Amino acid sequence: MTADIVRDDMPPSEIAGDEEQLVVNVGPSHPSTHGVCRVVVHLDGETVTKAEPVIGYLHRGIEKMAENRTYLQVVPLTDRLDYVGSMYANWAYCRAVERLAGIRVPERAEYLRAIVCEMQRIASHMMSLGSAAADTGAATMFIYAFDERERIVEAFEELCGARLTYNYVRPGGVSFDVPEGWTDTVLEFCRNHRTALDTMDRLYFGNVIARQRMKGIGVLSAEDAVAWGASGPVARGSGVNWDLRKHDTYSVYPRFDFDVPTGSNGDCYDRARVRLFECYESCRIIEQAIAQMEPGPIKASGMPRLLAPRPGDAYDHIESARGSLGVYLVSDGSVRPYRMKVRSPAFCNLALLPLLAEGHMLSDLVVILGSLDPVFGEVDR
Amino acid sequence: MNITELREHLCATYPDLCPLFSIEFGDGVLAVDSERLSEAAHNLKDLGFDRLGMVTAVDRPTRFELVYRLHSRSMSAALVVKCTVEREDPRVASLVDLWPAALWQEREVYDMFGVVFEGHPDLRRILLPEEWEGYPLRKDYQDKTLIRRPDYI
Amino acid sequence: MAVIDRLGESLDGGQGGIILSTVDSLVDWARGKSLWAMPMGTACCAMELIAASFSKFDFDRHGTFPRPDPRHTDVMVVAGTITKKMAPAVKRIYEQMADPKWVIAMGNCAVSGGIFYYDTYSVVRGVDEFLPVDVYIGGCPPRPEALQDAVLQLRQRIATESISPDRRRESSFVLPMPGDISFGSRPGGGEDEGGDAE
Repeated sequence: MTADIVRDDMPPSEIAGDEEQLVVNVGPSHPSTHGVCRVVVHLDGETVTKAEPVIGYLHRGIEKMAENRTYLQVVPLTDRLDYVGSMYANWAYCRAVERLAGIRVPERAEYLRAIVCEMQRIASHMMSLGSAAADTGAATMFIYAFDERERIVEAFEELCGARLTYNYVRPGGVSFDVPEGWTDTVLEFCRNHRTALDTMDRLYFGNVIARQRMKGIGVLSAEDAVAWGASGPVARGSGVNWDLRKHDTYSVYPRFDFDVPTGSNGDCYDRARVRLFECYESCRIIEQAIAQMEPGPIKASGMPRLLAPRPGDAYDHIESARGSLGVYLVSDGSVRPYRMKVRSPAFCNLALLPLLAEGHMLSDLVVILGSLDPVFGEVDR
Repeated sequence: MNITELREHLCATYPDLCPLFSIEFGDGVLAVDSERLSEAAHNLKDLGFDRLGMVTAVDRPTRFELVYRLHSRSMSAALVVKCTVEREDPRVASLVDLWPAALWQEREVYDMFGVVFEGHPDLRRILLPEEWEGYPLRKDYQDKTLIRRPDYI
Repeated sequence: MAVIDRLGESLDGGQGGIILSTVDSLVDWARGKSLWAMPMGTACCAMELIAASFSKFDFDRHGTFPRPDPRHTDVMVVAGTITKKMAPAVKRIYEQMADPKWVIAMGNCAVSGGIFYYDTYSVVRGVDEFLPVDVYIGGCPPRPEALQDAVLQLRQRIATESISPDRRRESSFVLPMPGDISFGSRPGGGEDEGGDAE
């Protein structure tokens, strides 16, 4: 059995100058629902002088496993990477496979992929906003947000049969076409969702306690965001106007009209607001996609049963709810990938925690961690 | 900026990097060896590549191939830098001073492959427990607890 | 509950039947209908665990409540993959829970390693390698209703226990069981002696 979790690198006290610092261990199991993260915090009174995340508690070796699976068998593994957003995790992997093998995906499949990706983005942001709110004590917001997520998950269950790990986007297309009446359900959801977002906005972001707990906390400058490789709402909250759907566009996104919300202060409040406004934009994209979608095939024709792309490597990325999620695949000509690497946005964003938490109080650490929105399936792989 | 424009810009500013540039699968790739990595990275940062997206390694039969993806917002361009490192004693310069994004990514490459990044302030395992022995993503990794999946095709 | 346990041991061998049956019913009613759950959620199943507690599926009407504190809870729901790095932490939290305690292994990864059984170097293949599990729930992830069913089955199991370690009880059914699966008399008090499986 492996060693005890209290290790040698955690001295009980540390003398720094004239002051004694307390080392506190937060996690790996703690009430904040972000997952298994351990943060070793050095405290001077209540102020954090150093916060170091220790990760790897969910490291399952997915990259090694992918080397012994065929290209299609890897798709369920990608579901479990970012488990709050299985649809777009599948999509990032499938884009890399299609780039490597030179597969052209039919248009209806691209529209379906965009629709489910945007719905998944809303679901992921609901999870993120809800759990970040629960960290500050606003449990009602968590329940409201999760209710919205339930509507989306029900729609996905109608579409592909699963509530969480969908295995829906496959190399070459998608696995099922929409059942009858599904698009109407989704459009009705979008209409109701805007009202729900307004309610959540007033309930949580209008609350003076939430503002005090989030404004000015964990400020990230735009230069730091770029230098540390941050992406997604974490970078956009600092004013870095970079969204892969607009600025490095892919699939059918050039045909949609939507805005990219950015913050200005780079604090937790702005990051959370960016996530809220992205949900409105996702509703817009879904409505446009459903209107533009034409009947047609949903799988690429002429695809072999066992994909064996020519030797080489390819990288492709998409804009996930957390940032730029990329998959780098190396092929040696066989039916199994030689190497699969997942460029995980949550991993890169979490590296910012020591920078952001320094100088704040211990209770702000939880809020900052929530605003970075890590999902440990993706961080640890 | 597309790949041909990027190539011209690169060749004009740093002519000695020009012969190392090629295009593979639609991406511009710069192939360097481990001694020249630091210098090439400095040049690329001056050229405008302000963001390091990904650091990873691939275990080829005779060598490790480190793959870096750089990105420039001002030029709207991406560039891949591939660096070969020998397998027996893999050492390469760390790029943490140029791009802090390399801090955790290089630790992960060390954890999985055993590549030592010289100049990294805190090179230790990140995903596996500290006392783990061996580097799992190497092709010759032996582990008695690992059960290999039967060939269901 | 130490007084109750000592009382039970003193009434060893099934003596004091009338007292025991009343006390047993009371104790099992109290324990079974207010099973506070420690959500040891590591991965994807944790999302379904959370969904089970919230408005659509509502765990609370069964008396179960996710309380992220081992000292306050009766049952630990291990939801998600347990890796070798995480296992000591799970063990430690299990040891911090007060007796009587139960474990529900939720999801394929906690039951047997699940999708991560093959080709992985860092996953513990099933949480029952180091914890005594009472209810196994299959699924990847299992539906929230499956988790609620597990709690009800656990209640069924608790209803067959007695404060006296040797006594066996007939249980009355909480739910109608399909087919001829029966949860008749079961040895009570066994899981507290389970301890380490290593």
